[in-house]
Amino acid sequence: MSHFAFSRDPFTPERYRALVADPVAGGYASFEGWVRNHNDGRGVVRLEYEGYEALGVKEGDRVVAEALARFPIARAHCVHRLGLLEIGDLAVWVGVTAAHRDAAFAACRYIIDEVKTRVPIWKKEHYADGDSGWINCEVRSADAPAGSVPP
Amino acid sequence: MAVIRIEYFAVLREHVGRAAEEIRTTATTVGELYAELDRRYAFPAVGRVKVAVNDEFREWNAPVRDGDLVVFIPPVAGG
Repeated sequence: MSHFAFSRDPFTPERYRALVADPVAGGYASFEGWVRNHNDGRGVVRLEYEGYEALGVKEGDRVVAEALARFPIARAHCVHRLGLLEIGDLAVWVGVTAAHRDAAFAACRYIIDEVKTRVPIWKKEHYADGDSGWINCEVRSADAPAGSVPP
Repeated sequence: MAVIRIEYFAVLREHVGRAAEEIRTTATTVGELYAELDRRYAFPAVGRVKVAVNDEFREWNAPVRDGDLVVFIPPVAGG
């Protein structure tokens, strides 16, 4: 079973917590990413996540598998929301169990950091002034040459 | 001539105005295919774009073959 999933509907961590339960576990570390009402000095009213799901599940599963290989942990899982989210909504959940807490914290951090930079998920913020934008895809003309980068 | 299915996401989907299309192309690599589509659509400058073929990340010199699914991946922002 994959250690990573997308959810089009709102979910609670309690729904997935049992997936990381293990008799050898003495500690459970989790991370919840929530939708906040500001970014880069601008008021945010809601946001949208779009995912390339077929590749995203594979890459997310690879990230969690790396954490399982790298840290002495028992189980780990990650779920990421897609669709339209409101302020305060749960956007991503990571859960890790381990015999001891140090490894659980470290693996949890590893998973969320890698998921943010590697899994094909895009975030569009809708601002209080009516504008909107895809995060990390807005290149100022001073920063980049005209046209596109690759190959 | 190969027929390639392209899927577009996020900023590229909005720019092109559709989520997917099939195109006939003489491009032999995904880099050539990107350049051909960039000439057609004038993709916006979004930073470093990656590419996937048949749901796996590939290098820009990877071959494209008839029936492949190609996805261009603008900078991601999960979490």
